Amino acid sequence: MTSIMSASEYQPVIGLEVHAQLLTRSKIFCGCSTRFGALPNHNTCPVCLGLPGVLPTLNQRVVEFAIRAGLALGCTIRLTSVWSRKNYFYPDLPKGYQITQYDLPICEGGRLAIEAGKESREIRIRRIHMEEDAGKSIHDGASGHSLVDLNRAGVPLLEIVSEPDLRSSDEAAQYLKELREVLVYLEINDGNMEEGSFRCDANVSVMRKGATALGVRTELKNMNSFRFVRQAIDYELARQIDLLERGQTVVQETRLWDPQRGETRPMRSKEEAHDYRYFPEPDLPPLEISQSLVDAVARSLPELPQAKARRFQARYGLPAYDVKILCAERPLADFFEACARLYTDYKKLSNWFLGELLRLRNEEGGGFPLKFRPEQLAALLVRVDRGEISANAAKDVLGTMFRTGEDPASIIQTRGLGQISDTAVIEAAVEQALAEHPAEAERYRAGKKQVFGFFVGQVMKAMKGKGNPALINEVLKKKLG
Amino acid sequence: MTPPVLNLSMLELAGALARREISSVEATRACLNRIEAVDARVKAFLRIDAEGALAAAKASDDRRRAGAALGPLDGVPVAVKDIFLTEGVETTAGSKILAGFIPPYDATVVKLLKGAGLPILGKLNQDEFAMGSSTESSAFFPTHNPWDLSRTPGGSSGGSAAAVAAREIFGALGTDTGGSIRQPAALTNTVGLKPTYGRVSRFGVIAFASSLDQVGPITRSVVDAAALLQILAVHDPRDSTSSNAAAPDYLSEIEGGVSGMRLGVPREYFVPGMDPQVEQAVRRAASDLERMGAKLVDVSLPHTRYALAAYYLIAPAEASANLARYDGVRYGLRAPAPGGLREMYLQTRAAGFGPEVKRRIMLGTYALSAGYYDAYYLKAQKVRTLIREDFLRAFEKVDAIISATSPVAAFKLGEKVDDPLAMYLMDVLTLPCNLAGLPGLSVPCGFAAGNLPIGLQILGRPFDEGRVLRIGRAFEREHDFAERAPAL
Repeated sequence: MTSIMSASEYQPVIGLEVHAQLLTRSKIFCGCSTRFGALPNHNTCPVCLGLPGVLPTLNQRVVEFAIRAGLALGCTIRLTSVWSRKNYFYPDLPKGYQITQYDLPICEGGRLAIEAGKESREIRIRRIHMEEDAGKSIHDGASGHSLVDLNRAGVPLLEIVSEPDLRSSDEAAQYLKELREVLVYLEINDGNMEEGSFRCDANVSVMRKGATALGVRTELKNMNSFRFVRQAIDYELARQIDLLERGQTVVQETRLWDPQRGETRPMRSKEEAHDYRYFPEPDLPPLEISQSLVDAVARSLPELPQAKARRFQARYGLPAYDVKILCAERPLADFFEACARLYTDYKKLSNWFLGELLRLRNEEGGGFPLKFRPEQLAALLVRVDRGEISANAAKDVLGTMFRTGEDPASIIQTRGLGQISDTAVIEAAVEQALAEHPAEAERYRAGKKQVFGFFVGQVMKAMKGKGNPALINEVLKKKLG
Repeated sequence: MTPPVLNLSMLELAGALARREISSVEATRACLNRIEAVDARVKAFLRIDAEGALAAAKASDDRRRAGAALGPLDGVPVAVKDIFLTEGVETTAGSKILAGFIPPYDATVVKLLKGAGLPILGKLNQDEFAMGSSTESSAFFPTHNPWDLSRTPGGSSGGSAAAVAAREIFGALGTDTGGSIRQPAALTNTVGLKPTYGRVSRFGVIAFASSLDQVGPITRSVVDAAALLQILAVHDPRDSTSSNAAAPDYLSEIEGGVSGMRLGVPREYFVPGMDPQVEQAVRRAASDLERMGAKLVDVSLPHTRYALAAYYLIAPAEASANLARYDGVRYGLRAPAPGGLREMYLQTRAAGFGPEVKRRIMLGTYALSAGYYDAYYLKAQKVRTLIREDFLRAFEKVDAIISATSPVAAFKLGEKVDDPLAMYLMDVLTLPCNLAGLPGLSVPCGFAAGNLPIGLQILGRPFDEGRVLRIGRAFEREHDFAERAPAL
């Protein structure tokens, strides 16, 4: 499509709109459950079905969650915000309008830091507002019918809109990852892109470097993974640059990402764009929030991932790589800290987390809360340090702890994994090996030092692999002279 | 000949029930017989639920025998406008698009009536989605004024007013968005009260214009209206615009009279085109009140002339969104449409809505459209604020405001159906009250030539229903209009 040369003359300008489902137990305007995976249309009532005569009543939990997100992202919280109706027809939108916030949203003017190359850059957040999700349309190609499932209708959403501050698909993915981390940390969103509980649209344009006016933008939809976000933006940037290079213009439109073909396709043009006819929702009075509620939410905010990472680096002296992974998930970081209070070789502890614990979780599934306690992991690592169990055996023990929560001591005992560190037993085994192989002993003493390994193997074999290798070395050296 | 029981007011019937002079079942049967006898001519009812009403009446009689009556109106039969959702009983709001719709739940006010023991006899005709002033926009048939069957009973709660006037029922519920309770009450010699916005729950009331709609009673006496309001004026957590303020005892001071009260007479409410007989009756009513001890005060509500225009932007704008749910997807009419979704929407709404509803959806959609919103909807909202301020300023000087309810008496069926603007003018005196969210009452105050009823409108401060009712009662006590019944 476009040569690297021409591409480098353009500046990508990207803004993201994220829709995050809030982890409230009930919907935003009725008491129905938000549980995912119920039978179609099971989690519904007259209100979320949009029956005649129904009225919305606000779930206060949603407001609290919005304030949480706003404060965590450095926004100003508007003490009086206004609900609006966004009007459009679609079968999965029961009332024919979505209740959302328009010109007076609850949060405005925040920021989120991302790593851009070696440095950190702040991406401005324009606004965060609350709204209700729509249902789902299922198009059954075989029958030609479309089916509507309204379980999702009325599930609370936060829409988080960035300023067009992102300069590459990498930065966009970075921003999304950081944002997702924050929301998951706040325990207001589960961060699941595949199931659609964390969704993203992108506004993409390019401008010639040095230009002052922004280029014409397109809006990209249907990107349900970080990889697709990157691919769709890269495709779109290249497409726009190519158009401009060929003297054509970019048309303002909404485009759908097609993951099969790896391209974006026009969905609707500016002319076909909906006129949503927003107006203030007369069924809900303006939302008044007290400063004391905002203060209370502020006090209850957890330490956020970026702050936690800085503290981990300072407190535990861990490399940035370790810290990033440990702090990416709040329960992982919390568990690390609980262990670190009991076991102070932090780097070794971190290695067990990054190497073994995360491997187990990826391979076996499940996760937090773990079945075992921090004391149990610390006890296991102390045994390794004391030579009571080999590192390899300890990995097996951890596997069992992960699956069953059984105590390491009892696992070691029942499976006979403990190392033999009894000097007398080891000395006897060494004596026996030397007696059985006098010729090799002579060769060692004559200077053939390689034979040492042979004796270690013989002793280990005699001890069925449970001998403490360090002690065996020590005793052998002494006896071989 | 009307059986004497049917001429009783609700509270009179309640007394007779309490004294066991009549049973609720007997009263209910009397209503059913009366409906049988006259409703083919009046056409107030869209649906009659004889079975449900008789069962409720029997339950009431059983309670009474057990000494466990639920409240003062236990056993008094009523009926409700078809705009109220009634569980298990078809509810259409007078529209074909909802034909066959059986609600799975009761409106809060219906629940309250049932909870107070009132049998509900059926669903009353109305203008489609309450859009109209004559019941002629009902998709089913127009209702006739019991005082002159060639004339309209007004609207949109025309079925409610006609049924009460024709002695088919003791009292009814209506809704009032721009005058839809008060205007038909005025045209049928009945009492109609639109409470303060937020006083009565709108949950389960099919929405026309959410910021204006309010539920209220239509009865044959002011005390009945007060007694019904007492049942309805309860905070409803399911309606976020419902007031938290506890309702006073409306009956306790209703007989207190008007002595010493200051009543404003707004000069802007004597409009060009007003029937001189109406003006005369209202001026006479004012001097009657003065004679009873009230002081009349000339007041000005200078923004009144913009009210109609503001109303016809705000109400249709809200309606255009409120009526979007009638799309053929989940309930109600779905037109056959082999061409797919878009065609299904277009065909369903084309077939399901009548011309007045379509007109208002278009008006409202236009007023909210990009590029027009500021000039129309937003400007109308500003006018609305000015109108409310007009009233609040006047209420610094006066305790209530009196005027005609309708500028004319009942007009002929068909007379204005082809002239929407003339029809909209029927609300010119009632709709400023909705824009300002105030309580408004219409009480009978005379008759024009041809024995056509005239109504006096009394507007009060927000949540001052008590005083408005007291003024209405003082006037009612001194006149015999309430006792006059149409010859059917």
